[in-house]
Amino acid sequence: MWFREKIRRSFQENREAPRRGSTYQFNYRRIWKLAVLLTGGVSLIPLIFITAVNYEAMRHAIESEMIFRTTRVVSNTCLSISFFVNERKSALNFIVHENTFESLNSRERLSRILGDLKRSFGGGFVDLGVVDAAGRQRNYVGPYNLGGKDYSGQKWFRQVLDSGMYISDVFLGYRKVPHLVIAVKGMSRSGAPYVLRAALSTTPFETLLSQLEVAGMGDVFMINHEGILQTPSRYHGGVFENIYLPVPKKRPNTEVLEGKGPLDEDLIIGYRYIDDTPFILMVVKKKKECMKPWSCTGLKLIVFLLVSVSVILTVILGTSTYLVKKIKIADEKRSASLHQVEYANKMASIGRLAASVAHEINNPLAIINEKAGLIKDFFTFGGKYAEDPKLMGLVDGILTSVKRAGTITRRLLNFSRNLQASVEPIHLREAILEVLGFMGKEAELREIKIHVDVAQDIPVLETDRGKLQQILLNIINNAFAAVSDGGHIDIRSRLEKKDHVAIIIADDGCGISKEDLIRIYEPFFSTKSGQGGTGLGLSITYSLVQEIGGSIHAESELGKGTRFTITIPIKSEKTKT
Amino acid sequence: MSPIKVLLVDDEEELVSTLAERLALRGIHADWTTRPEDALRRLEVCKYDVAVLDVKIPRMNGIELKKEMEKKCAHTKFIFLTGHGSEQDFREGSQEAGPEFYLVKPVNIEDLMEKINQLLGR
Repeated sequence: MWFREKIRRSFQENREAPRRGSTYQFNYRRIWKLAVLLTGGVSLIPLIFITAVNYEAMRHAIESEMIFRTTRVVSNTCLSISFFVNERKSALNFIVHENTFESLNSRERLSRILGDLKRSFGGGFVDLGVVDAAGRQRNYVGPYNLGGKDYSGQKWFRQVLDSGMYISDVFLGYRKVPHLVIAVKGMSRSGAPYVLRAALSTTPFETLLSQLEVAGMGDVFMINHEGILQTPSRYHGGVFENIYLPVPKKRPNTEVLEGKGPLDEDLIIGYRYIDDTPFILMVVKKKKECMKPWSCTGLKLIVFLLVSVSVILTVILGTSTYLVKKIKIADEKRSASLHQVEYANKMASIGRLAASVAHEINNPLAIINEKAGLIKDFFTFGGKYAEDPKLMGLVDGILTSVKRAGTITRRLLNFSRNLQASVEPIHLREAILEVLGFMGKEAELREIKIHVDVAQDIPVLETDRGKLQQILLNIINNAFAAVSDGGHIDIRSRLEKKDHVAIIIADDGCGISKEDLIRIYEPFFSTKSGQGGTGLGLSITYSLVQEIGGSIHAESELGKGTRFTITIPIKSEKTKT
Repeated sequence: MSPIKVLLVDDEEELVSTLAERLALRGIHADWTTRPEDALRRLEVCKYDVAVLDVKIPRMNGIELKKEMEKKCAHTKFIFLTGHGSEQDFREGSQEAGPEFYLVKPVNIEDLMEKINQLLGR
């Protein structure tokens, strides 16, 4: 949260300020928030929206592609298997049409036909048998001894006689190896039906299916309508095992649907019922594997989005903070200069008022002085009351008081005169004492001890008297506010680098905290807000010091006191007004 | 040695009259007036050694009066008095008479005597 704290601090406002002036009514944090929200919203919302749309569209495209591919694999494989079965079925049909029942009952003929079939069709045919209408196997050629076997009670035999053709599930039967049976019906010359029955090894299917490379840890196998595996599968069980997936509904075309695996993983299942057979061809893929290319791209998209959002946010936060800070500083400067002008005008008015009051008082004062002087002259020159110490004392008292009043009016006049910029020779010690003269009474009342020590080697300064005195007045005034009754203020000066003078004003007052110390020259920063402080004193002091070409530095410790060091050039080259 | 003749010009009658009386007690022949025209007229009759002028007199300021008076009587020396107003007063007055002959009210009579003697080289 350091970032939040940083932002909060950068717009920290003097909460006292709005109560004093109309210039400080802006809420910079609100402006900042508004700028960040607006620019952030306008740039981020479209970006996030576009990315989300893109993400969805891509996922959709890859899913469609996956379904399309699965459908193609299922259809192609189904065609191959269909072709394989149909080819053999047709061959058997051809045999029953080309041969008579009698000739097929010849063992030699039948074994030649089996030999021809094996040669022509490659693998597949294992044996051949001829079953008469009563269900008895009349002739058999093959590796097993199945001659004379009675099939009359079996369902398949009935089915061949009824529909002319039968293809069995894969089964072990007497042979104890997985195989399937294709049987076709023929008619003897006497009109009695008979059946040509061939057993086919499932090896060619298995070879065909196992050779298919299917993406996404895919598996291709066949099940029968009861859900029993007809060919071995890679991941879904061996032959004759019951598959855990539900048997899909019969549909004329290839279908692709989604299902759940035994570990609750998402599966893509493509299937097709193979026409005229009890088989269903199934292609099962793991969805996660199939979607891998997409998740990879999706991840890239998300990373891109996150990077973009952070870059945009950083830029927006940075520029907003920078701009609002600039606005704030500009406002503060403008407001400070307005106040400075106001302050200068106020001081000028006070100066004029002081001058006119002093001037008006000065005239009657001068008359009193002369009248009293004349009385004294009469006493002195007339000799009559010259020896009367009481009367002489009274007259001297009047004259001394007039002199004191004269000093006060002169000081007031000096003060007003000093408000006008002019470089003149100044004795630092006298300037300091003159300023202290304004505060003598307060110091006496509060028993504040002031120690002034101006080094002997300080030359006569050539600078603006008014500005220098105002600087000293402000700092000493602050020192008075900081010290408690009976406190100490120490004013020293020393030569710096030959052409500068450092004036050090130290007090043993309440001190300034570290956080406040860096802000004391800011306009409107005041810790005396409840006591009539304007927060402008040090701000104006700072400008005045700069105007006479000097610098100001403050050190402070809470509870121990504060020390201001003002360094000014002995010869002020120019004073800005 | 004839007594020193001084003309005091200030709009405050109470001030100049008292000041004249005090100077007289110190052996100086001091005349006074509150009006500049009167001052010029008196100058024709009596040649004054020193004129003490207020910088600010109604109708004519001290500097102008000095210039007029110099035309009539070249040997008269001048001292300026001021209630010490503006910076301009200070500059003009001290330039015209020299900073040491520019006195701020209320004036110490001994200071004034010293300046008069200084001007006349006595």
